[in-house]
Amino acid sequence: MAEPSLTIEQSSNSTRITILGELLTRYVGDVQPAFDRISADLPDVQLDLSKLESIDTSGAWLIADMQRRLQHGGATLQITGASPAHAALLDTVTEHLPAELDADAPERGIKPFLISLGEVTVSGWQGFLSALAFFGETLAALVLTLLQPWRLRRAALFSQMESAGLKAVPIVALMGFLIGVVLAFQGAAQLKQFGAEVFVVELIAISVLRELGILLTAIIVAGRSGSAFTASVGSMKVQEEIDAMRTIGLNPIEALVVPRVLALIIMMPILGFIANMAGLFGGALMSWIDLGVTPGMFITRLKETTDVWNLLVGMIKAPFFALMIGVIACWQAMQVRGSAESVGQHTTASVVQSIFMVIAIDAMFSIFFSELGV
Amino acid sequence: MQMQAPQTATAAREAVIEVRGLRNQFGPQVVHDDLNLDVWRGEVLGIVGGSGTGKSVLLRTIVGLNTPAAGSIKVLGVDVVNGSDEDRQSVERRWGVAFQDGALFSSLSVLQNVEAPMREHLKLSEHLMSALGQLKISLVGLQPLACGKMPSELSGGMRKRAALARALALDPEIVFLDEPTAGLDPIGAAAYDELIGELQHALGLTVFMVTHDLDSLYAICDRVAVLAEKRVYVEGPIEMMPSVDHPWIQEYFTGPRARAAQTKTDTASTES
Repeated sequence: MAEPSLTIEQSSNSTRITILGELLTRYVGDVQPAFDRISADLPDVQLDLSKLESIDTSGAWLIADMQRRLQHGGATLQITGASPAHAALLDTVTEHLPAELDADAPERGIKPFLISLGEVTVSGWQGFLSALAFFGETLAALVLTLLQPWRLRRAALFSQMESAGLKAVPIVALMGFLIGVVLAFQGAAQLKQFGAEVFVVELIAISVLRELGILLTAIIVAGRSGSAFTASVGSMKVQEEIDAMRTIGLNPIEALVVPRVLALIIMMPILGFIANMAGLFGGALMSWIDLGVTPGMFITRLKETTDVWNLLVGMIKAPFFALMIGVIACWQAMQVRGSAESVGQHTTASVVQSIFMVIAIDAMFSIFFSELGV
Repeated sequence: MQMQAPQTATAAREAVIEVRGLRNQFGPQVVHDDLNLDVWRGEVLGIVGGSGTGKSVLLRTIVGLNTPAAGSIKVLGVDVVNGSDEDRQSVERRWGVAFQDGALFSSLSVLQNVEAPMREHLKLSEHLMSALGQLKISLVGLQPLACGKMPSELSGGMRKRAALARALALDPEIVFLDEPTAGLDPIGAAAYDELIGELQHALGLTVFMVTHDLDSLYAICDRVAVLAEKRVYVEGPIEMMPSVDHPWIQEYFTGPRARAAQTKTDTASTES
């Protein structure tokens, strides 16, 4: 293996360049500067290839590019001593030489900014309309399923209920338990200062039952099942499975979206309830350890001071969160175009949007319930 | 890929791929058993066989994507099954693989796909890399416009060409093609065959091609290896295939499609 090198013999009216060694891809980066130094100013350039051991397309590109550069500069390049095989390769490469790179500078100023602002606005509005249309279609399909229950795909529904619901029980329960523990611990530290330790029961019960239990469950479900819906249905979209469904007369909304959304609507209240109970359990345990509030005292106090409405206010929100997560996840999946990367982007968007919407709906419910006075 | 004089004498030929006693097994299912195969420098070898005879498995095993249960494989003199990682890497730079559906990186443009192997293995300036990438894209017959396109915007035929350009990025000595013409229309397939033939001549490539396409076999393959009964049942020029006494080979090479492909090549050669 001999690295290529150039020898340049210059006389008053001609230049003779000899290439030695192997002009191969792996050496191209090293030898290119030497080629670049040969400019059109040199008189009557002759290139001798008789000492060239081997050449490949990248090596041939160096010669062809130099030839073109010299020709553009008004000079000529004569190639001598090339073996037939080398000459043939050189011809092939010269024939396919891509046009010179003309890097067009990106536009500057306010115009491209306005263009992109306009594009974002229009595509945002169209995205909103398309999400709204999808939401409507899903609601219509859900109502149709309620009216004609035999159309429901039970196998799909139960398998989704298992993967999105049953399998989420451990993580949701653990999360609820830890929230209860944290609230009891933090609450106790503050309430001790006033000797009002016993109010820790209300603190835990009201915050877990009304807000935290269901809200954090929804966030876990969005991260866990919403992402799974988008990724799996999105991959089906990439594989043209959705198109195949349409061609055999299957409605993808009915076959894919309804079982998933319905599974979430059924399972979310159950998961939320589990999180609530785990939260109360964790809170009671921590109150007992940290404040000496016995479980019996905790339960009595809970019954006396916490209205059952607190639980209902929390649980009412569950199906709405579920519907939102399911619809956003499936809508994002339907927006997937073409590539694996697109699946990833839409999965991210699905999780971010569903968590945002869950919190927004939660805020609206808070206002609604406080107006109602419950 | 150094320029090589086209092989003339049998004695002078050099095996660039040597497969010996290869055994591939997935659970209880044995795909290959005691399979031997030589690929000579500068030839176009077509691998054919019925569905499930392990054509693609053979290709994947040779390029190291599948570890065989037994046997040895030498590519360019390097043992790719038991050799060290450095040896394997040195030989990986000297082959290119074009997968059936292109397997282009979907997050990169066509030009970036072709540049990817160069970026990994060579130290080149951005300008040089882009120029060489465009040359490869032009060599496989794609328009300059295709450089900036994303793989999802390409047609099936363009994807296959782009995959070939990526396989050629490092100027390999051996090119592996998995079903290069599957899914192309007859005109596109013929053009692709022609392209492979041209590049093979111009660049002195060794081509290892898994195919179903009888037209390709007749048009560009110097030699054909038939996989049957878990091994290379027979190998040789395509003309000798119809006389092999094996039911599948008989049916494949003497069926109506084979006759049509053969007639087409015959007329083409008399015309030229």
